[in-house]
Amino acid sequence: MAALIAPLARLLDSDLFYSFRRSPVTVLSALVGLVCLVGAGLAPWLAPHDPFDLASLNLIDAFKPPAWMAEGDGTYPLGTDDQGRDVLSAIMYGARISLLVGICSVIFSTLLGVGLGLVAGYLGGTVDGLLMRIADIQLTFPSILIALLVDGVVRAVLPREVHDQIALFVVIFAIGISAWPQFARTVRSSTLVERNKEYVLAARVIGLSRLHIMLTHVLPNVLGPVLVIATLNLGNAIISEATLSFLGVGVPPTEPSLGTLIRIGNDFLFSGEWWITIFPGVALIAMVLSVNLLGDWLRDALNPKLR
Amino acid sequence: MFAFILSRILQAIPVMLVVAFISFAMFAYVGDPVSIMLGQDFTEAQRQALIAGLGLDQPFFVQFAKFIGNAVQGEFGLSYRLSRPVAELIGERAPATLELAFCAAGIALVVGVAMGVYTGLYRNSWLSRALLTFSLVGVSLPPFLIGILLILVFSVWLGWLPSFGRGDVVQLGWWSTGFLTWSGLKALVLPSITLGLFQLTLIMRLVRAEMLEVLRTDYIKFARARGLSNRAVNFGHALKNTLVPVITIAGLQLGGIIAFAIVTETVFQWPGMGLLFIQSVSAADIPVMAAYLMLIALVFVTINLAVDLLYYAVDPRLRIGRGQGH
Amino acid sequence: MQPILPSPSRERDGAPILEVRDLRVEFPTRRGTLRALDGVSFSIMPGEVLGVVGESGAGKSMTGAAIIGLLEPPGRIAGGQILLHGRRIDNLRYEAMRKIRGKEIGAIFQDPLTTLNPLYTVGDQLVETMLTHLPIGAAEARKRAIGWLEMVGIPAAAQRVDSYPHEFSGGMRQRVVIALALCAEPRMVVADEPTTALDVSIQAQIIALLKTLAREKGMAMMLVTHDMGVIAETADRVAVMYAGRIAEIGPVRSVVKAPRHPYSEGLMASIPPLDRKVDHLAQIEGAMPRLSAIPPGCAFNPRCPHVFDRCRVERPELLETTATRAACWLYDPASAKQAPEALRHG
Repeated sequence: MAALIAPLARLLDSDLFYSFRRSPVTVLSALVGLVCLVGAGLAPWLAPHDPFDLASLNLIDAFKPPAWMAEGDGTYPLGTDDQGRDVLSAIMYGARISLLVGICSVIFSTLLGVGLGLVAGYLGGTVDGLLMRIADIQLTFPSILIALLVDGVVRAVLPREVHDQIALFVVIFAIGISAWPQFARTVRSSTLVERNKEYVLAARVIGLSRLHIMLTHVLPNVLGPVLVIATLNLGNAIISEATLSFLGVGVPPTEPSLGTLIRIGNDFLFSGEWWITIFPGVALIAMVLSVNLLGDWLRDALNPKLR
Repeated sequence: MFAFILSRILQAIPVMLVVAFISFAMFAYVGDPVSIMLGQDFTEAQRQALIAGLGLDQPFFVQFAKFIGNAVQGEFGLSYRLSRPVAELIGERAPATLELAFCAAGIALVVGVAMGVYTGLYRNSWLSRALLTFSLVGVSLPPFLIGILLILVFSVWLGWLPSFGRGDVVQLGWWSTGFLTWSGLKALVLPSITLGLFQLTLIMRLVRAEMLEVLRTDYIKFARARGLSNRAVNFGHALKNTLVPVITIAGLQLGGIIAFAIVTETVFQWPGMGLLFIQSVSAADIPVMAAYLMLIALVFVTINLAVDLLYYAVDPRLRIGRGQGH
Repeated sequence: MQPILPSPSRERDGAPILEVRDLRVEFPTRRGTLRALDGVSFSIMPGEVLGVVGESGAGKSMTGAAIIGLLEPPGRIAGGQILLHGRRIDNLRYEAMRKIRGKEIGAIFQDPLTTLNPLYTVGDQLVETMLTHLPIGAAEARKRAIGWLEMVGIPAAAQRVDSYPHEFSGGMRQRVVIALALCAEPRMVVADEPTTALDVSIQAQIIALLKTLAREKGMAMMLVTHDMGVIAETADRVAVMYAGRIAEIGPVRSVVKAPRHPYSEGLMASIPPLDRKVDHLAQIEGAMPRLSAIPPGCAFNPRCPHVFDRCRVERPELLETTATRAACWLYDPASAKQAPEALRHG
């Protein structure tokens, strides 16, 4: 017990937790983020309906407005879409896809970026020059464009059926590959600083291998900034996925993400069924906003000199 | 000065070559343009003729050299989807995108810098806090959602502004402009705000951060210690020093506007290059994609050059010459 | 609060230019309010140079910042008064104080590499300052700018006036900074470590320049530094600061040659003498306490070799000694019984 309590007490007393507690916005966004995470993660168990169960869909239930409006129906709190699907359930399942793609692509770009950044910073020379040149060129282009191009090329290479099957991975890859230079640059510059510090020199003197030094000495020192970039990138990745899906080139329509839902709902905006598109939109904003607020807080908290 | 520009242009060439190579690789090896262009019915002779016509039977480097030669002349072949010259398609749509981007960039720069300076100087006022919160919401809002919300409010509910298209355009030679008609101007409002809002918030946050950084420096303290007026310190000394980093990032951001136009044009059915591009991605129309990529690269390279020149104008440390000393 | 009299050794005509009375500066922090300056009092007469010495963190620079009204927030003046020509300036609004800065109090900062705006020529910066404070036109301001550059010893001033700061060396830049601080002809100058960032060979030149200009213009100067050599060379009087208070103040000769406060004594003993060879220098055991942990009584008591009971309980005010005034109970006749006989200098 005591072994558990001591670290917890230290956490509760730390400056990090203090700055967290003192910022109501951060606490609120952490709560909203948690709600999103739970709602999305446990969608199959929490959602009131299964939007993919075609048998339960009834066209009579189509275009029901939210429950509090005159024509609303209590069983569909946020109304239904053109197929009679419950909007709330669709949002929960959609947020699952959005979060999944967002988190996976951030992990992908983090691993890629940190790895290449460490290599570039530690090896230096030609490898460094080449990697950073590629990063420079890629950074010149907006990530959404890179993601679109990757998606377009994959689409052209693969036959349609195969593409639909692996569409999710294509999107993750496309978004992930568009964000690695940021990680690589940060890690590289920290590595360059750390590399010449005395403890790394000492580690080299006692004959530890380069790989070992990189993993055990340099890596822990660059994790703080990487965590901040990863958090801030999660918001971007979710936006990118939603944008791709909105443009109709993202995840397949059989697994609608929030972006897909917004695209579908957009067609009904003019006929007055605003809830079909607005609620998924609000969910998306809540998710991204809470992630970004947490990322902002984390950056300021880990960087005392910016306060 | 001349040498400076020349060196910058020389640095830009490899970037353009890399992009050209990617475009070419897509063009030459992705998909099967021959079968796409021929459609269902064709003879082997037709096929061979087309392959020869496209130059696909020639060695790699010859093809690449030809591709570059053609690209320099603005020649990118025929669109698979529309069977029309790519250059013609892009030329028709460029004015729509450029006018939209111009308005969006104007909004983002003017409003963004003003708000950034204000929030940097009066960091604790309620307006600053409100603007900062607004900016975070702005960064968190996907551009297409901003467009949808604006359409819902200003087109569907209030009926003030059109929700799609360019309105009436006037033809000035090959350039079609929406600036000269009332409906053209009205049609520009919502798309420009949609496209500019994201960059606006980014520029505002950047200017604010730089202002805070510069206000902490010794030369600002010294300027205050000399009793200069607040206006002189804040605008003459602080703002001018923030410009150096702001120019770089803002330049890149403005380049991003052209790319983000893809999304805005989809939302507002704006007949520009972005809409053309997204239709091409869906249809795997490689020639159009390749040409668009090259064009975007050119825009970025140009913006980078402009940024470097601005740097040169703002920061005397880059200039060598007058008053040679130590 | 007692009025501070000009020290007897340097009696001059008229009133002091600057008077600081019982100044207190506080910093509110997460763990309570820190008192960065406490009961600091001194005055500076026309033409006089007051040196302020002490370890870093003793409050030297803070005193300078408070005088020019540019304390870094959240620091603030929590008590006491600052008088310029007999007029209170510590409670002025920003705009009123701004008109005093540069015009009546000039300031020279430590690092000339960072105190000049890199984007403007030195001429522009001089002209801007003069146009802000003096009723002259642009042409006249430029003429004076060249004159000032000549006065601070910049060769070919007429050409260099259009150069940017990065085109000057560090020493030359500090000369420009001095010209900027003096160009609106203030009667009072606060120089915060003006030579610390410079090469040793340049330091002497800058000090000589400051001294000459102060004499010529009859300016009062507060010279903040931790370099006792600079003080001995330049100052008329010295204030030794410790943990946010003045430990001892008096004529430079007395403080350097015969310091009364045990801390000043330790400080002076740690200066390597030039005229004889010593095996090792004296040093003061321990370190200055942090602002959050200042001990009760005399702040120096944990390190003081002569400490006795009263020092741990009661805080000493500045007391008259032979030539200086020292905040030490050794000089209070009332504690004479307690203090070890041999150590009493009074």
